Amino acid sequence: MEISVQEFKHCDLITVKGRVDSATAPQLAQALETANENGKYKLVMDMAGLEYMSSAGFRSLLAAQRNCKKYNRGEVVLSNVPNRIREALELAGFTELFKTFDDNLTAVGHF
Amino acid sequence: MQSVQFSANFEFLDEIREFVGDIARAGGFGGKDIYNIQLAADEAASNIIEHAYEGVKNGVLEVSCGMRDGAITIIMVDHGESFDPSAIPLPDLKADLSERKIGGLGIFLMRKLMDEVHYEAKKTSNVLTMIKRKR
Repeated sequence: MEISVQEFKHCDLITVKGRVDSATAPQLAQALETANENGKYKLVMDMAGLEYMSSAGFRSLLAAQRNCKKYNRGEVVLSNVPNRIREALELAGFTELFKTFDDNLTAVGHF
Repeated sequence: MQSVQFSANFEFLDEIREFVGDIARAGGFGGKDIYNIQLAADEAASNIIEHAYEGVKNGVLEVSCGMRDGAITIIMVDHGESFDPSAIPLPDLKADLSERKIGGLGIFLMRKLMDEVHYEAKKTSNVLTMIKRKR
């Protein structure tokens, strides 16, 4: 799994690539926490390069969404979600908790 | 049925997914089903490593997998604490963000993604069996 962060004027774009499972999810959680610690609560997760995500990754997203939405200071939105990952997120009832966008431009423009 | 013993460590989840994925592919499952079979196997193994082997350093997880009559069977045997997935309450998928429970999601996915999930706590081992039929 690889994570990179790009800062925009109104939000941060977090790109996650590869596979997120119980072994790698702590790294994802850490990246999201670090953004929050730096006062960034408006986050776009670009999932275009994501091959796989288990419920360990879903839990990291849920924890980040809770923290970001606190005091209405922001939220996590998802962009370029691959079909299979979208289906698993839907099955887990997570698509109602995250806005999803078809591309990064629209996702970044949301903030 | 092929069997492989894995060290009960999250680092081996990649190999467990590859192992069941190869057998599903050779058995004629399509890409979406292969992904879902791998996800169910990952969730099952993650639960065993996290709960059955909680605090145990050198746990062993034996994964057996094979095709029969157009269905894939995955059997996971561990020697840790008994942990019956079917006894875990289903997560409330309608709960809003603040009330959403973190646990139980892996088991929920296993049950949704596979046709059958059975669990048996024996004297010295726990046996989890999952079956998915080709459509």
